[in-house]
Amino acid sequence: MIRIDNVSKQYRGASRPALDGVTLEIEKGDFVFLVGASGSGKSSLMRLILREDIPSKGSVFVLGENLRRIPGRRVPFFRRKMGMVFQDFRLLPNKTVAQNVAFSLEVIGKSRAFIDTAVPDVLDMVGLGHKAGNLPSELSGGEQQRVALARAIVNKPAILLADEPTGNLDPATSEEIMRLIERINAAGTTVVMATHDQGIVDRLQKRVVVLSQGQIVSDERESGYKAIEKPTTLAPSLDETPRPAIYEVEN
Amino acid sequence: MRLGFIFGEVGQGLRRNISMVISIVLVTLVSLTFVGTALLLQFQIGQMKNYWYDRAQVAVYLCTDTSPSAACPQGEASADVKTSVEQKLDSPLLKPYIARYYFEDHQKAYENFESQFKGQSIAKYVTPAQLNETFWVKLKDPNKSPIITQSFNGVGGVEEVRDQRSYLDQIFSILNAASLAAIGVAVLMLLSATLLISTTIRLSALSRRRELGIMRLVGASNFTIQLPFILEGVVAALIGSVLASAAVYGIVQFFVQGYLAQALPFTSFVGLDKATLVAPILVGIGVLLATVASGAAIRRYLKI
Repeated sequence: MIRIDNVSKQYRGASRPALDGVTLEIEKGDFVFLVGASGSGKSSLMRLILREDIPSKGSVFVLGENLRRIPGRRVPFFRRKMGMVFQDFRLLPNKTVAQNVAFSLEVIGKSRAFIDTAVPDVLDMVGLGHKAGNLPSELSGGEQQRVALARAIVNKPAILLADEPTGNLDPATSEEIMRLIERINAAGTTVVMATHDQGIVDRLQKRVVVLSQGQIVSDERESGYKAIEKPTTLAPSLDETPRPAIYEVEN
Repeated sequence: MRLGFIFGEVGQGLRRNISMVISIVLVTLVSLTFVGTALLLQFQIGQMKNYWYDRAQVAVYLCTDTSPSAACPQGEASADVKTSVEQKLDSPLLKPYIARYYFEDHQKAYENFESQFKGQSIAKYVTPAQLNETFWVKLKDPNKSPIITQSFNGVGGVEEVRDQRSYLDQIFSILNAASLAAIGVAVLMLLSATLLISTTIRLSALSRRRELGIMRLVGASNFTIQLPFILEGVVAALIGSVLASAAVYGIVQFFVQGYLAQALPFTSFVGLDKATLVAPILVGIGVLLATVASGAAIRRYLKI
């Protein structure tokens, strides 16, 4: 589903690379936390998976596409199979909740009929059917993030990338959002989530990839945040680690 | 591709940047009006050439008693001179080139002069004897005038041979210069229109950067992202060029036909049919320019 092969990313003018020889494989249906301090390379990795950037070295395969080679005009079509949410929600302030979700379908040329059924469906799923006509400014932070999630999944993406989705939310609201993301994952969507939130990582017991200074220092299945504290060397080969439970269910 | 969505975006962009859009409209209006005027001037020159070259004749001026002595040492041309000129015009050497010719004597020349300068003081001081007797020669092909000029230049009793087109050419070169000047101004203004369009697109992209970010994220095609911006520039330039076409019609209707044609009744001026030829050219230039300018601006400011 996602294969990152000995990838390095050096930004122009930066003294050290943002990513340094990262190798990572994520299977269909996986739920992976990317953790690490600011500047450890989490966001750089996400940008590479979304083809916002091209690696300086190594290769990135996502959904069967070699993202180094994919021609520019095919990138939009690739991104239609991806969903993305951010810490700052990125909703359009002058559009209502329903219009925000519908916008993402309009711009990829979906029919009015499809939009008219898909948008209420997904808003019901995130529990915001009754707020379809509200503006983002009239919603709480948690509700805004649920709108962002609705927008990310309305087109049924194969992969959901979440960059600190609970970063701006209080613990209770974060829990709601995580339950929602778990449901999305349970429905078959691969989830890659960057986070700082120790509580969430501990509670969910999913695969945790720890990044430090652009390198993977730990990659453990069904682990909590404790894994991060352990003195770790480079990640063991992926083949030696057991598959997560969810993968078995999916198969 | 949903057209409703695209046009909605275009409308929103135009409303948001209304002052820039108005400036594009005005600059395109003025620059294309200049282009239109230059084209009309060219049509006018062509039309006048047709009209006047057709009527232009070669004049063989015979000597008078008041002619400068260098050209006419014998004074007034004798009857022999007239006969010999006539014979030469009828000779097989020249006859094939000549459509017709006629002789204008002192009295006839005086009458023409009087009617031409009627009411002006100069008419009072001129006597028939001062005006040249002239053979007016109309050629089959006006471009062959050197044949006549060479045949009669320096012949005794002939003061001067003059192709009337030489007077017209001066007028045409003035008109030509005017139309070149108009084109020059137009080029400068079109350049500024191009820069304005590209700046507007940039502002428009900046004011819509949130939407653009979302569009890129959810995988809108480059075409969907870029088309509203291109259309925005094109719509503004289209309005400007349609107004410029209207201005060209106005110039022809009210200035050329309404004023010039009345003031100079013996000249044929361009009519609305020529304005109809110019209008689509202006609209074409406007739209083409806007497309190129927006396309270039987008390539610079809208990275996918």
